[in-house]
Amino acid sequence: MPETTGLHSQAAPATIPARAGVGLKPQHYRDILEGAPDIGFFEVHAENYMGEGGPPHRYLTAIRERYPLSLHGVGLSIGAERPLDRDHLLRLKHLNERYEPGLFSEHLAWSTHDTTYLNDLLPVPYTKETLARVSEHIEEVQETVGRQMLLENPSTYLAFTESTYSEIDFISEVAKRSGCGLLLDVNNVYVSSTNQEWDPVAYVDAFPLQLVKEIHLGGHAPEKDEAGRPLLIDAHDREVDRIVWGLFEHTIASAGAVPTLVEWDANVPDWPTLNAEADLAEAVLARAEPGDMQRAAAG
Amino acid sequence: MLPLAERQRGFAAALLDSEADVPPGLVGPDGVPSARRFAVYRNNVAAGLSESMTITFPAVRRIVGEEFFTAMARAYVLADPPRSPMLLDYGSGFADFIASFPPAATLPYLADVARIENAWKESFHSADAAPLPPAALAKIPPDQLAGMRLQLHPSVRIVTSRYPVLTIWRMNADGGEPAPVDLNAGGEDCLVVRPAADVEVRSVPAGGAAFLRRLGEGASLGDASEAGFAAAADFDLSANLAGLISAGAFCGYTLEGAAAPEKE
Ligand SMILES: [Fe+2]
Repeated sequence: MPETTGLHSQAAPATIPARAGVGLKPQHYRDILEGAPDIGFFEVHAENYMGEGGPPHRYLTAIRERYPLSLHGVGLSIGAERPLDRDHLLRLKHLNERYEPGLFSEHLAWSTHDTTYLNDLLPVPYTKETLARVSEHIEEVQETVGRQMLLENPSTYLAFTESTYSEIDFISEVAKRSGCGLLLDVNNVYVSSTNQEWDPVAYVDAFPLQLVKEIHLGGHAPEKDEAGRPLLIDAHDREVDRIVWGLFEHTIASAGAVPTLVEWDANVPDWPTLNAEADLAEAVLARAEPGDMQRAAAG
Repeated sequence: MLPLAERQRGFAAALLDSEADVPPGLVGPDGVPSARRFAVYRNNVAAGLSESMTITFPAVRRIVGEEFFTAMARAYVLADPPRSPMLLDYGSGFADFIASFPPAATLPYLADVARIENAWKESFHSADAAPLPPAALAKIPPDQLAGMRLQLHPSVRIVTSRYPVLTIWRMNADGGEPAPVDLNAGGEDCLVVRPAADVEVRSVPAGGAAFLRRLGEGASLGDASEAGFAAAADFDLSANLAGLISAGAFCGYTLEGAAAPEKE
């Protein structure tokens, strides 16, 4: 039996349509393969498919034969001062070659320090030094993997007094220097805007939407800080909030239809519940001008 | 302006030490330092890693209960945090940690249950390979058997224990029914293997673990069976070999003087 078969002749196209997709969870493998739901695409966390073999690869291969796939890294630590982990980067390259995903993304965050992997998407100060480091790292990623990477805006809980750029200016400048695309997580916009007391609509309006090739939606948990101010936690453990749906509609009205992923990673619901969330996103996309911004970005 | 390296060093150190002060310059929207906001990150790190332990070690969790498990897992992740973003590999040190964790000392078999669960996870993610079919050995001339070297299937893991650990693990795995166990009933050795889609955990007869370990080190069938006899006087070579082959524990072999390994 061949150990790692490439998918050179897979039936489903690589290109991700401007439709709704969902994060792929092992709990739903069988529902998907047996029920063949009409879903635009699936997205996986790259790190969950870095084992050598076994059922995860078997299921992902079968699902990739039927659907477009998006590959989302959560552990590369692009925002760290330290050099990128070359072994990890090569694993990402290998997954890109094996599964031929239509989109490939990572976070504006760091998660590794010295030899310790901290397993969280930690925030970066928006300074000249960080800007240079993040841009170099993304260039290295794109060069090694051989394709464009999308950078996702973070959800943050605090600010750094040393920051000298706004988040949007920082992200825009990174994209300009590195040539990366952007992944706009609309829930992250709302979470960060609440936590930092920004205007989320103004955030979307100021964001370089022409570079956005994917959107994320997810649920958050409402808490409070010690001063009693709202503190939203990016938990991905429930339905998308009503206000985030509104912000998504506003985003799509400007950006046109963009591939949109529903993330639900904790308290994972049954397949029909997750499918229904994707249907809500699909309805918003169906009302939009098809891919205005995508065409503008391509041209 | 705080350089990035220094900022991240201080941030990381404070994340892993719940007694540490929140680093300066981390503020809420009013520009005032906020311990509660930093605590979100601190909690995410500990909760996320201990959640990954919950997924790998469900039987350990069932034995000690959720509260004890969470406290033990949090102590472990601070003592032995992951060294790589490959979290699939994380937790291999948990069994040794349990063995030296004083609050778990009253459950001397618990570390071996964790060894089975870690072996199960490793086997699950190991490389795929077609197991050697039972008929394969029938083709080998009898005078060549002692010198042949069997290649272990990549999914094979061996767990040995002074306790009836397979019985205990089965009772506490998904669908199991916990019941009283005589801890002095003798040790159990197990083979963990995934010949196709599903991981299987099987009991290994006397001397079988030593035999299998030697085979895994590349010893010939003759040398490995000596290790089996040394470990157990009643070691039964043909029963062990038949059991291992039917379990799918091998994926190839070489004969004495043969240039390339035989594969099925
Ligand atoms: Fe996201």
